[in-house]
Amino acid sequence: MPMTVKRLRGLLLSPLAVLAGCHLALLDPSGDVARQQSDVMIVTTVIIALIVVPVLIAIGVIAWRYRASSKKAHYDAEWDHSPQLELVVWAAPLLIIIAVGAISWIGTHQLDPYRPLDRVAQGQPVAAGTQPLEVDVVSLRWKWLFLYPQYGIATVNQLAAPVNVPIRFKLTSDAMMDAFSVPDLAGMVYTMPGMQTMLHAVINKPGQYPGFSANYSGAGFTDMRFTFEGMTQRDFDDWVAKAHAAGGTLDLQAYDLLRQPGRNAPVRSYASFEPDLYTRILNLCADPGQECKGQMMSPGASTAAAMQGMRDHPAHAGAGALVDAGKPVPAQAAAAH
Amino acid sequence: MPEAMPHRAAIRDFLFGRLTLDSLPFLKPDLEGRIVLATLVVVAIVGVAILGLITKKRLWGYLWHEWFTSVDHKKLGIMYMILGTVMLLRGFSDAIMMRAQQAYAFGPQMGYLPPEHYDQIFTAHGAIMIFFVAMAYIVGLMNYVMPLQIGSRDVAFPFLNNLSFWFTFWGAILFMVSLFVGDFSTAGWLGYPPVSELQQGPGVDYYIWGLQLSGVGTLLTGVNFVTTILKMRAPGMTMMKMPVFTWTTLCTSGLIIATFPVLTATLLLLSLDRYLGTHFFTTGFGGNVMMYINLIWVWGHPEVYILILPIFGVYSEIVPTFSGKPLFGYSSMVYATVAIMILSYLVWLHHFFTMGSGADVNSFFSLTTMMISIPTGVKIFNWLFTMYRGRVHFTVPMLWTMGFLFTFTIGGMTGVMLSVAPADFLLHNSLFLIAHFHNVIIGGVVFGVFAAVNYWFPKAFGFRLDEFWGKASFWFWLVGFWVAFTPLYIMGLMGVTRRLSHFDNAALQPYFIVAAFGALLIALGILAFIIQIYVSILRRKAYAVGNDPWNGRTLEWSTSSPPPDYNFAFIPNIRARDAWTDMKKHGYRRPLEGFNPIHMPKNTAAGTIIGALSFACCFGLVWYIWWLAAAAFVGIIAAAIVHTFNYHRDFHIPVDEVHKFEHSGNWQVETLGAGA
Repeated sequence: MPMTVKRLRGLLLSPLAVLAGCHLALLDPSGDVARQQSDVMIVTTVIIALIVVPVLIAIGVIAWRYRASSKKAHYDAEWDHSPQLELVVWAAPLLIIIAVGAISWIGTHQLDPYRPLDRVAQGQPVAAGTQPLEVDVVSLRWKWLFLYPQYGIATVNQLAAPVNVPIRFKLTSDAMMDAFSVPDLAGMVYTMPGMQTMLHAVINKPGQYPGFSANYSGAGFTDMRFTFEGMTQRDFDDWVAKAHAAGGTLDLQAYDLLRQPGRNAPVRSYASFEPDLYTRILNLCADPGQECKGQMMSPGASTAAAMQGMRDHPAHAGAGALVDAGKPVPAQAAAAH
Repeated sequence: MPEAMPHRAAIRDFLFGRLTLDSLPFLKPDLEGRIVLATLVVVAIVGVAILGLITKKRLWGYLWHEWFTSVDHKKLGIMYMILGTVMLLRGFSDAIMMRAQQAYAFGPQMGYLPPEHYDQIFTAHGAIMIFFVAMAYIVGLMNYVMPLQIGSRDVAFPFLNNLSFWFTFWGAILFMVSLFVGDFSTAGWLGYPPVSELQQGPGVDYYIWGLQLSGVGTLLTGVNFVTTILKMRAPGMTMMKMPVFTWTTLCTSGLIIATFPVLTATLLLLSLDRYLGTHFFTTGFGGNVMMYINLIWVWGHPEVYILILPIFGVYSEIVPTFSGKPLFGYSSMVYATVAIMILSYLVWLHHFFTMGSGADVNSFFSLTTMMISIPTGVKIFNWLFTMYRGRVHFTVPMLWTMGFLFTFTIGGMTGVMLSVAPADFLLHNSLFLIAHFHNVIIGGVVFGVFAAVNYWFPKAFGFRLDEFWGKASFWFWLVGFWVAFTPLYIMGLMGVTRRLSHFDNAALQPYFIVAAFGALLIALGILAFIIQIYVSILRRKAYAVGNDPWNGRTLEWSTSSPPPDYNFAFIPNIRARDAWTDMKKHGYRRPLEGFNPIHMPKNTAAGTIIGALSFACCFGLVWYIWWLAAAAFVGIIAAAIVHTFNYHRDFHIPVDEVHKFEHSGNWQVETLGAGA
């Protein structure tokens, strides 16, 4: 199957690339997750084409063959049913959909953004004990904040990751609903205030890739862009060191300034950030001096405890019912992770 | 007198709410102000010209008595079609502005529209095209054709039908007023929070009340049509003898009844959030945007099937007529329609796979979505096999149908691609999605509306439409569609997202220029359609037709073109599916004697008055002019109560009149085009 997909991709890309003269990120992405999603897209498209292409041809052929001016065509004014044909007519699309549906079912589970990666590329399983790179993502009006809890640094409108290292994103939003989207890396995931979503991904080729919000979030939405950089491990370490050297602290006061609506925010970094900043944002209590009721949950807190917290803090009542479903995780349960 | 000022301000606030001179965008000196001012001048000139012409020709009385207060389903149908066409021009102007902005705003060039204005335009474009173009068109078609197809003299609730129209009309007017007084929503055509919660000013409120009005109108239409079809079919017309267009009207009306209340409730909750500070969809205090998004799509997905099902019905009438053959697999077609109706309730979550609902939930909705393509595929095959062994006449309606079969099948294919959840994570919200839904809505609904207009126009007016301009319109639309949306498919595969007002990547510009050129071709298609109507009216004598110009198969072709107010002097007994074909085959002779007086509903002004009052009420709500809203609301209740005391609702058309019409209408037996 992978070989076939590769060949199909080549077939698809060569004419389209000439036509496009542009990078068709969705057909030839640089991250393994996006690549698998792209594979699913290509394979299912080919399967659907098995029925669509003959139908398109048949539309032209039948309409022309039975045109009124044709002298040869057999005309049968009464012919309006045929049990055999009707069986075919229902069965053919059914078979196609069974095939496509099976692929979709498997792909949806395998490529669930919540599922930790088990491979970084085809034939390259994740080594036992590998720690994924953790990035906490916050969409602001209208810029992106990335927190690296393992390194203590934070960046605005710039995201970097070493190649072939699994990345675990936790995502939330300050006020609007956005979608974290790097087409070359992996499919998009919504970011919502007071809610946490997750995404597991990996980048396989060094390079700069466009990232943006893919869900309209108001007047500055167009400018809500960032660069995602895939780097070698050494470059990444340098990049982190540079961020440390550049200084700056993202405390609650600084965050309060940063979250003010604004367009075209410049790229910048912080050498350190308030340790529980992400949890506070998620719990909607990031204002300086504000007390957080929801963040006190201990690890392993039960749903009942989360419900208890909910009563204290009405901000999350709507999310409580989703605790069992698990996703998107409401603030308290996320804090308990 | 300094102490008089607050007093004066209080009076002003009471009288005008938050409406001030600053709310009038055309008074502002910036570019946006000038664009609005220019539009206002054009609208004013055209408006004054039309009103002047009506006054000069002394047509007000005629319009009032024959059209505005009419409860005749045929006249209401025509008024819906006119409303749809006018709103198409508005919605398409928005499209041209978007295409121009995106073709132009690259790099240092920011384009001519600031984001706040651009965002209003894409919101208005989507909302208008769905609610006031597509909905108006399909409700118009169903209104005109369905009662004729089932051998009925009107719908079950003729006054309600008139009221529905006026609700829709005034909803559209509310949208149009927002252009010149205040602003419009920037929250997208579905008004997602938090944008729709946070936007200050009247924009979102215009959106809410415009949709509430038209939504109530549509709901009443649904109730009306279901009742009509279930209770008023001609004797002998069992369910499985109904024309397929009537079947699709029944299914669409069922969908309307089941889903439009959801829209009404959702928008009501949103307006509670906006007006009273409740927190249904806010981030804090227990609210949740996910609830709105689920609710709006519980309505929104069935809505697209509400649009396409009657259009499937249109094609199911046109293909057999112009193939000279009954529809292949009638029962399959009916079951497929019902299956689509049911499945359309079970797919709404595919609009937000990327919200993170988890693999099991996403898989379920992915599968239900794909399953819809099975009955839809069956329909495509059935139309194909209807042409098979037929005699296909490539008239204008049939050309539109061929364009549909080709375009819609490809749109269906990209739809199945989007239904595969892992692929949707990549494709979601990209221009690929935009291309897909335009592919099915233009290639399906719009093409179908033009097919239907060309097909039933001779029935409605007694003369056919010009072929040359009809073909010109078709080819401009077909080519224009593909030129406009193929670049969007390709850019979608590059990962370009929707609703952007400016681009940095200069490599994209050629695509947007091509897309803008495609939009211009479509503009020519619309122009050709208007010319087609105009030319045909000029040549109406030469283009005059009889009752059955296409050698039709269903009952509407058995009566005069245009039909009399009472549709049928005698309600026929139905013995077979294609009732008119069956009647012709058995040597049907139209009775010319022995008429009875015909019982008909009387026109009423109540719908017009209630509609206008509801506009005043909603306008007051938009601008916080509470006295106006309250007074108009009381007026609505009063008018409704007064209407219930109107006991003179019906009359009998005397035998003389029926006799006279049955001996003079357009009845020639000669047929055009599809001679079998």
